[in-house]
Amino acid sequence: MIHDMKPADIVGDYKEAVLDLYGGITRIVLYTDIETPYPDGKLIVSTTDKEGIITHVNKAFVEMSGYTEDELLDSPHSILRHPDMPAVAFKDLWDTVNAGKHWQGYVKNLRKDGGYYWVKATVIPNIRQGKVVSYTSVRRKPSRAKVEECIKLYPTLF
Amino acid sequence: MPFQFTVSPDFSPDHLSGWYIFNTWLQKQTGQAIHLEMYSSFQSQREVIQRDNIDLIYANPFDAAMLVREKGFLPLVKAVGVSDEAIIAVSADNFIDDVANLLPGTKVAVTEDPDVRMMGMIMLEPADLNASNMEVTVYDTYILVAKNLLQGNVDVGVFLAEAYDDLSNMIKSKLKILVRSQISVINHSLMIGPKFADKRDEIQNLLVSMDQDDKGKSVLKSLGFEAWTKVEDEEMEFMIDLMDTLAI
Repeated sequence: MIHDMKPADIVGDYKEAVLDLYGGITRIVLYTDIETPYPDGKLIVSTTDKEGIITHVNKAFVEMSGYTEDELLDSPHSILRHPDMPAVAFKDLWDTVNAGKHWQGYVKNLRKDGGYYWVKATVIPNIRQGKVVSYTSVRRKPSRAKVEECIKLYPTLF
Repeated sequence: MPFQFTVSPDFSPDHLSGWYIFNTWLQKQTGQAIHLEMYSSFQSQREVIQRDNIDLIYANPFDAAMLVREKGFLPLVKAVGVSDEAIIAVSADNFIDDVANLLPGTKVAVTEDPDVRMMGMIMLEPADLNASNMEVTVYDTYILVAKNLLQGNVDVGVFLAEAYDDLSNMIKSKLKILVRSQISVINHSLMIGPKFADKRDEIQNLLVSMDQDDKGKSVLKSLGFEAWTKVEDEEMEFMIDLMDTLAI
């Protein structure tokens, strides 16, 4: 399940935004300027069903998102959606993986405490007996130069 | 016709005799003739796989996709508590403490181990290093990677974590780890080919109970393992999917 973010969970001064998420969900998010650096050597791994509902997360996902595993499982992956991410990026993601292809991009993710972290994300469809049954997303540490490019580019895509 | 058994060429040299001991144990347990053939390179091993001349393989995760999806192999077991991790190291006197500060033109030493090499390249990405802007040299062993680091012939070494940990303390004292991967879900697996798929359950059961008697335990020890655990089809599929995401 996904809920509006609560001021009690936020660390530091925050701003508020209302996001329209996939599946007709509207969510109030609270976000700060505090970045959590991506840890060296780790991969964040998750699997969702075809509707984008989280069915598996690894330990690094839990640590970086700030949510518990229980809070993440059965929630839409858009629980990580940051208001600085343009909707067009996620449309491209879904169009690509629904076509059975791999998607790769740089994503600013929102933490439960309102902070953020950048990732290089790869999403692939999990094909079993010729059919897409789920999606796996693997995030790794991005290059700072690519992140700087995205910081300039993404505001132009709204 | 005996089973044709092979082991990923990245096996630790210390465990070479262990694989022959394991093969003898397996033949006794199954009553099946099994011929173990070790290959010195991934390329030569893959050529034999392509000719469908392998029935049993302790496979590198990088080859798992090809074995399952193109050759119809099925997973049997993996070693308990063993996963493939990589280390990026530099000479101890190198002023760089963070991968992100490595510069284009960096000279990188690797071995042919395909999964370790891939993990290493991923760990170099934060510095914007890729095949086009670094100089990669392939060495036969991790000892040679370390030696060339110490001699200043290369700037960075990509190691299998286990191989790095096995280097002598003297060598390690002259090196510095920049990153050690903590991926946990990439591992070698013992896999069986389609011609012998009907023996999968029998062999799987023998292997998972191998640590329950003294003889089996001592054979496992010669491989550097504590026990085998079953690999489900979906677990293997998941690892293949994961490897797919990392290969792009």
